[in-house]
Amino acid sequence: MTILLFLIPAALGLGLLGMFGFLWALKAGQMDDLEGAGRRVLFDDADAELRERSK
Amino acid sequence: MALVALSSDTTRPQADVAAACAHCGAPVVGKVDDGKPAFCCSGCAGANALIKGLGLERYYSLRDASAPTPADTDTADWREFVQPGKDGACQVEFLVEGMHCAACLWLIEQALRAQPGVQQARLSASTRRLTLSWKGAAGRVNDLAGIVSRLGYRCLALTADAAEKIGNAEERDLLRAMAVAGFAAANIMLLSVSVWSGHVGEMGFATRDLFHAISALIAIPAIAYAGRPFYRSAFAVLRQGRTNMDVPITIGVTLAVAVSLAEMLRSGPHAYFDAAVTLLFFLLVGRYLDLRARGFARRTAQRLVAWTAKPVSVLTETGIMQRPAHLVAVGDCVLVAAGERVPVDGTVIEGHSALDASLINGETLPQPVESGANVFAGAINLEAPLTLRVTAVGSATLLGEIARLMEAAEQGRDRYVRLAERVARWYAPVVHVTALLSFVGWIFIGDADWRSAMLIAAAVLIITCPCALALAVPVVQVVASSRLMRRGILLKSATALERAAPIDTIVFDKTGTLTLGQPRLLADDAGDAGSLRLAAALAARSRHPLCKSLLAACDDVAPADGVEELPGQGLRLAVPDGEIRLGHARFAGVDTQPADGYSELWLTRPGHAARRFRFADTLRSDAAAVVDGLRRAGFRLAILSGDHAMAVSAVAARLGITDWQAGIDPRGKASAIAALKQQGRHVLMVGDGLNDAVALAQADASLSPSSGLDIAQNAADAVFQGEKLAAVPEFLAVARRSRSLAQQNLALALVYNLFAVPLAIAGMVTPLIAAIAMSSSSILVVGNALRLDLGRRKEAS
Repeated sequence: MTILLFLIPAALGLGLLGMFGFLWALKAGQMDDLEGAGRRVLFDDADAELRERSK
Repeated sequence: MALVALSSDTTRPQADVAAACAHCGAPVVGKVDDGKPAFCCSGCAGANALIKGLGLERYYSLRDASAPTPADTDTADWREFVQPGKDGACQVEFLVEGMHCAACLWLIEQALRAQPGVQQARLSASTRRLTLSWKGAAGRVNDLAGIVSRLGYRCLALTADAAEKIGNAEERDLLRAMAVAGFAAANIMLLSVSVWSGHVGEMGFATRDLFHAISALIAIPAIAYAGRPFYRSAFAVLRQGRTNMDVPITIGVTLAVAVSLAEMLRSGPHAYFDAAVTLLFFLLVGRYLDLRARGFARRTAQRLVAWTAKPVSVLTETGIMQRPAHLVAVGDCVLVAAGERVPVDGTVIEGHSALDASLINGETLPQPVESGANVFAGAINLEAPLTLRVTAVGSATLLGEIARLMEAAEQGRDRYVRLAERVARWYAPVVHVTALLSFVGWIFIGDADWRSAMLIAAAVLIITCPCALALAVPVVQVVASSRLMRRGILLKSATALERAAPIDTIVFDKTGTLTLGQPRLLADDAGDAGSLRLAAALAARSRHPLCKSLLAACDDVAPADGVEELPGQGLRLAVPDGEIRLGHARFAGVDTQPADGYSELWLTRPGHAARRFRFADTLRSDAAAVVDGLRRAGFRLAILSGDHAMAVSAVAARLGITDWQAGIDPRGKASAIAALKQQGRHVLMVGDGLNDAVALAQADASLSPSSGLDIAQNAADAVFQGEKLAAVPEFLAVARRSRSLAQQNLALALVYNLFAVPLAIAGMVTPLIAAIAMSSSSILVVGNALRLDLGRRKEAS
């Protein structure tokens, strides 16, 4: 049963990682505009190209 | 909105024919060069040049509808609104009006990001809020806002609203609690399943106790954190001496954790950590969905006030000053340029123009105004500059009053008690009493020690806790709203379906709801082709809606040269033997008064009899069939319109609706609805304008077409797309079906309790049985809710 000593911390660790990842994303504002995020997927990003041009 | 040729370089086969504007899709008059894009006005040409100059032509292939027509003039001063941002940058927030698809979002962001110095340009599709920050002078804000308006959108000032901030914080708080509860539930379940299998197999006591200890370690902080929304509400209610569903949840969860902790310490076989945490997680999901739905309503009133928050040009002794709207005082003189929205209520002291007041009174046609006329905030000045003497500002304006009324009406609707809440009201005390009785009963009659009696009481609370009850209604709602979504009906309010189920009276707005909102030339007037063509040639020089529809009625007309437009009156053209006039009766020199309520234009020319063109708004194609079907289904139907009596009676007669009122202002509409409700009727309001917004918020349930105004769409419970009115019966049918499914679900949840509670009272419920009972009842409820969609599939096939 010593394997539990590794498995349980590993399981909890992964879970915590996911939870803190979500909390971070929430704080960073990634959940603020869910509708817009869905639409932005459709744009192939022209940002970089445009910044080049405007320089 | 019509679909138009999307590509800017589409070649047009015929010159000289009314073509579609390459930017906004409006018909173009005059000569069109082969192979060159045509534009309806200089605004569109400018927007197109701007888009091309920035290398953003892809906008035309991304968008799914025509672009907005850029306003002619937009000279706002935004410097007051700029705030210092990070690292000495300037920051400003706008509300952007006129956005309708992903391409709009893309275009605005890209166009702004392409400007030198701009650090951030982010537009939120759900709140329409544009956050903009740039390095450099604060004054550049006007250039940047100018870009947005040259693209055809409108920037509105955004005042930070305390209530909205609190709402957003609450939403985030719930999300965080949900994340924590979800994490804890998953991990504890992992351990619990091992323990349960261990009961059957041969898990050692030490291992079991270790698993229980780890579960406790996860569960206690998680429950302390994630349960706060429930504890807060429970304490608040208890302090008032009442009880709600949060009270048994709080007691149940706390008791379950306490008892499990005691069990763990004396290494007992059963712990309820998993049940407590899973319960919290499900309940938080329901609460979050509910709060999000309410957020829509919260933002509505704020948007209304934003209409007038643009800086105002005030006439002072030292010249024209730009001032924020809230600093304008009653008695000031204010300038309103052509194309601008009137920012205050006032009296015209100079100028002669026409106003589009559709926002206020629903009238489709521009109203001529001259000195002495009263104008209201929110109307658009169409033709020439006006000087106003201010009579009311801010929330004292008619528009502000509408906003207040709407807020009040929405609060009234918030008081609506949902079916689930009504059940919870009597369910909560019953649960308490049952748990208490089983505790007391086991001690005195069953002769148990207090510890095992407590364990049984906790099991009773957990078993009865409203897992299925909490899911019973929300799941039906999710299935119903996705079904409506596929039919082009967007459900916005969480309680809308429930409120719509008992509807027995339907009130329609006329313009834009029963009709399409665009005047069309009546066919019997188009007979005399010669004068029609002449009139159209004159009309081609005007942007008045009636002139546009006159032009639309005949193709290939070249606009006449030398036409002069007199604001608010009509058009005239000097010809060798006199003058040709096109306009209202008095202007054209005709004495006849309008006898039948049609919108009309008169054409007079030397040597010919005066010619009258009549226009009528056309009905939605299926309006008659839908209205007929609703009447046969037993609904009482009515029309409330701001338009004049003749136009309304004509529509009412064609649809066979006998109950109609015309010429009503926004307040009148709302009080008419209130009167119907007073009679015990359940009213569905269908409307599209600002003048309907209060009524939409006042009615038991409301629908708005997606062609309607943003504000009306926000006030309505649901928005339907497309040209068909069939969305109304569909919405009502789904509402009724989902009410019966929700009732079935509640019944199922109660039947489940009827079986499970005696077991719990008898002390036969282990955590395993509790988990099975909880999940099986939830699955049953979800499965039942899915039948709503099964019915549809059968219908379709």
